Amino acid sequence: MNRIDRRFAQLKSAGRTGLIPFVTAGDPAPAHTVALMHALVAAGADVIELGVPFSDPMADGPVIQHASERAIAKGIGLGDVLRWVAEFRQHDADTPIVLMGYLNPVEIHGYARFATEAVQAGVDGVLLVDCPLEESAVLQPLRDAGLQQILLAAPTTAPERMVQLCGSAQGFLYYVSFAGITGAARLSTGDIAGRVAEIRAKSKAPVAVGFGVRDAQSAKAIADFADAVVIGSALVERLAGADDVQDVTARATAFLAPIRAVLDAH
Amino acid sequence: MSKITDFSVYPDEHGRFGNYGGSYVAETLMAPLAELTEAYLRLREDPAFLAELDRDLKYYVGRPSPIYHAERLSQHVGGARILLKREDLNHTGAHKINNTIGQALVAKRMGKPRIIAETGAGQHGVASATVAARFGLKCVVYMGAVDIERQKINVYRMKLLGAEVVPVTSGSKTLKDALNEAMRDWVTNVADTFYIIGTVAGPHPYPLMVRDFNAIVGREARVQMQEQFGRLPDVITACVGGGSNAIGLFHAFLNDASVRMVGAEAAGEGIGTGHHAASLAAGRPGVLHGNRTYVLCDDNGQITETHSVSAGLDYPGVGPEHAFLKDAGRAEYVGVTDEEALEAFHLLARTEGILAALESSHAVAQAIKLAREYPKDGLVLCNLSGRGDKDVHTIAAREGVQV
Repeated sequence: MNRIDRRFAQLKSAGRTGLIPFVTAGDPAPAHTVALMHALVAAGADVIELGVPFSDPMADGPVIQHASERAIAKGIGLGDVLRWVAEFRQHDADTPIVLMGYLNPVEIHGYARFATEAVQAGVDGVLLVDCPLEESAVLQPLRDAGLQQILLAAPTTAPERMVQLCGSAQGFLYYVSFAGITGAARLSTGDIAGRVAEIRAKSKAPVAVGFGVRDAQSAKAIADFADAVVIGSALVERLAGADDVQDVTARATAFLAPIRAVLDAH
Repeated sequence: MSKITDFSVYPDEHGRFGNYGGSYVAETLMAPLAELTEAYLRLREDPAFLAELDRDLKYYVGRPSPIYHAERLSQHVGGARILLKREDLNHTGAHKINNTIGQALVAKRMGKPRIIAETGAGQHGVASATVAARFGLKCVVYMGAVDIERQKINVYRMKLLGAEVVPVTSGSKTLKDALNEAMRDWVTNVADTFYIIGTVAGPHPYPLMVRDFNAIVGREARVQMQEQFGRLPDVITACVGGGSNAIGLFHAFLNDASVRMVGAEAAGEGIGTGHHAASLAAGRPGVLHGNRTYVLCDDNGQITETHSVSAGLDYPGVGPEHAFLKDAGRAEYVGVTDEEALEAFHLLARTEGILAALESSHAVAQAIKLAREYPKDGLVLCNLSGRGDKDVHTIAAREGVQV
């Protein structure tokens, strides 16, 4: 069984809401990414979304754009990201890892080559923001290798299409809480509760909600109706500028601990 | 690839031109793109819509644009006859308005009161601001901070037309980043906003729609060639950044096997220097801005910064139909350097009294090279896609002249 499925099965039987932090690989410093990943797990992460830096992140807000730019300026690419996942796996065989990013780095790396290397490194899923279901044929080598393709669903997704997405979902379905870019602050939980309930009823996979989750309070509101909460920009912003590995891991822990606490008190 | 004889059937219903094109966008945009596709496929066959478009092209834009035989330039070069399709004579001074008029009419029919656009040289921004004023729409234009600096006149022009110009400071601060930012705006404001993309790139249906609106250039030219010269040209050429003026000229001739097509990309300081914007001549297939096409990127898949003396060609991707035509062997794509373009600019100015845009000067430089390959009675048709008034300061600065 894929690590993602196993983790969500565990969460379900324990009656817990999943916590999925996102960090950009190589930011704030390439040397600290693996330590940061372990710190996220220690602070209560159930799945890690590791961002693959891309020069033209069309769906991301300024926080993640700048994190990508910083990582790219240091020469970070897909090869480094896979190396860090392999390194992380030496000490953590259980926490699922989803690589999140855009299609071009994978296309240029080569789909078959990426599939082999990612599985070898210990990657469990990929979320390629600019690869909707209609264009996913190119990802067949990834699926064949056992990588799960995490799909996005959005408030603008039409009902017939939602049925299709729910039927194709693997790992978890990532529901984008509002029409906008990552990190924008206009979460309205009232509007999305009903929508997520509908999706959960139809989806083969658990539903995670992200975009606009900033702190314990907003995470708690989401936990009322989602299987997992994704939190990215607010965490990346908190980590920016940390200057040594202690600082990076301390900031990550301080940020996630209260969120984990409200999810568990839920 | 097997030999294709009918190029008019592309793209397919998924917006694919062979291996290129498609809709590589975030889920949030799938619904608005589907809505736009549905609306546009209906409108492109709607006689009332087409009549309204034709009226504005005739009385507002000033079409048809003439084909002018540049006799003194041809004599100077000493080869075939060089003919110029005078898109520089359109209202706002470039081919860009063919597309913005069309898309603004689509926006109006779809009931969207706000339009957004990205711009590099500022020509598409000006053309968008112009049609927004013409149709009473609110207009926001995204422009890279670097481009704002080198195209100040066009920035002011947009403001005079009532548009808001938003500087983009992310990434390389040029056209590609302006496009990213416009996409982000669209994702956030899909309910009331229409995104007017300025070139034949982006997700389906943009490469189709922008091509359709620019294809009037080639349709007119095909008829004008028969009327004025009694035959089709031997070769046609146009500059290629995103590729909208080139596809506009090429499209009506795609099934005329006797007509050779050459796209002139910006070779900047030379393709060998790495400082260029020649995506087709020096790039590789990848995915950028919603479509699969040729892109300039490094081995990590990061899109690389481009260079061209002309802001309008300074783009690391290219329309997917051009990628398809290249692979199919139907069109050739070659690089023209900054120096060659500037030389052509001066030569055209002195021999014909026409100041061409720096973008279009790349096509003129290519037309001059092609004219030398053909006999005196040969016909080389060049798309003079825009006028050069906007570039006067750039040229003066480059040549050390205080204006």
